[in-house]
Amino acid sequence: MGWRFAANGEKEMSNGQNGAELRLVTPGMAIGPSAGMRVGSGALAQNDTIIATRLGWVKELNNTVSVDPINSAYMPRSGDLIVATVAEVRNNLWFMNINGPFQGLLPMSLAPWKVEFGAARQHMGIGDVVLARVQEVDECHNVVLTMKGVGLRRLNQGSVHSVPINHIDRIRGEGNATLQRLREACDCRIIVGENGKVWVDGDAEGTAWARQAIQLIQESGHKNTFEAELTALEKNAPKKGDA
Amino acid sequence: MGGYGDVQLLRDDGLRLDGRKLDEMRPVSIEAGILPAADGSAMVTHGLNVAVAAVYGPMEAHPRKIQRQDRAVIDVRYNMAPFSTSDRIRPGFNRRSREISKVTAEALESVVLVERYPRSKIRVEIEILAAEAGTRCVGITAAAVALADAGIPMRDLIVGVASGKVEDTVVLDLDKAEDNYGQADLPVGILPNTGEIAFLQMDGDLSPEEFNLAMEYNFKAAAEIHEIMVDALKRRYEGGEN
Repeated sequence: MGWRFAANGEKEMSNGQNGAELRLVTPGMAIGPSAGMRVGSGALAQNDTIIATRLGWVKELNNTVSVDPINSAYMPRSGDLIVATVAEVRNNLWFMNINGPFQGLLPMSLAPWKVEFGAARQHMGIGDVVLARVQEVDECHNVVLTMKGVGLRRLNQGSVHSVPINHIDRIRGEGNATLQRLREACDCRIIVGENGKVWVDGDAEGTAWARQAIQLIQESGHKNTFEAELTALEKNAPKKGDA
Repeated sequence: MGGYGDVQLLRDDGLRLDGRKLDEMRPVSIEAGILPAADGSAMVTHGLNVAVAAVYGPMEAHPRKIQRQDRAVIDVRYNMAPFSTSDRIRPGFNRRSREISKVTAEALESVVLVERYPRSKIRVEIEILAAEAGTRCVGITAAAVALADAGIPMRDLIVGVASGKVEDTVVLDLDKAEDNYGQADLPVGILPNTGEIAFLQMDGDLSPEEFNLAMEYNFKAAAEIHEIMVDALKRRYEGGEN
């Protein structure tokens, strides 16, 4: 019993949805019949068939078929903690590059300082990096950011690195376990933004190691050898006691 | 015989000058994800053609006047490298590359779910490193693989293929001599899963019967190229998720 795939040469999928049989699909490829199934993200119902709209792994959960994309752009959601860069400054607001399809808007009323009209530039200029939270995203994809909140601030030191959006869960691990391991291994402060930007701050040696770890995640975060490779990398980490 | 009566394009044994059968295409190989800085990329080698496509975005559309409130715009730039042919090509945009950029963008817009990213822009850069004939088709194929690699949601992939007519005979996938001295050229962009056509151009004349045969060849070749595209995308991630 199972679904028949449209593409030739594909094997049948078993009904066991324990993720044992992961299937990689490309856009347009038929996943299965749409009867009785709900269509999740990364998929589309077309003429009684569910087709994939993205390159990724098929996921079936609670009668919903979706495709876990291998690569995707950051889509902001309210409440996301992100690492953003100032892209434009106006008299009373900043436009932030949030590594997504749309710029985020940070009005002076939501900045952590008391800003006079016209004085926005004195607080942050183009290229400055901040830790912010997404306040709201409306139906037209207008993104409003806020810097009012615990820990939200301008990041004056350290460096920013990029990881693919779909690998963010890998860098964090179960209950932030992997992230904590990384922090302890290199004795650096690391903040992972929901938008695929990672802020690292520490001494040169620690930052260099963190960069290697991030590169490893970029290159093989999706592979099942990732855990072993990370453990190997950890062996030559500049451990310096507690983070 | 065609317009260049003294050019022989079919051998006496019925094969073509390079030894291919009438419905045989040039060898195709595709590699996805070759450019680390791009969000998605692909290199397609089709006969002696080499095309590299890079996809950036979706990103904020600039200048603002190109933004569409209800969908993303696809900004395609097709360019032939100066060294891609034996006659050096003057670098920069010309009338031909502008036209090909436009038709490629329109073909890609029909498969990309542009309504998912209103007011944004998806940048597709197609660079032809070596040209033999049929570069617009190779460019479309490369762009489709690069878009899929970038994780852009699409209804289907697009395959660019061409057929044509030489010496009153319909042949698949024209090479340089056949393109230059042949009688007709029919490049199409085919959606391999649905069989829809996203792009079609015709240069020269074909009778309805010849047109149908050329399209039959194109669909057959599209299915073959589609398999290579899928294989290229899968190969990139064959390490698998655990």
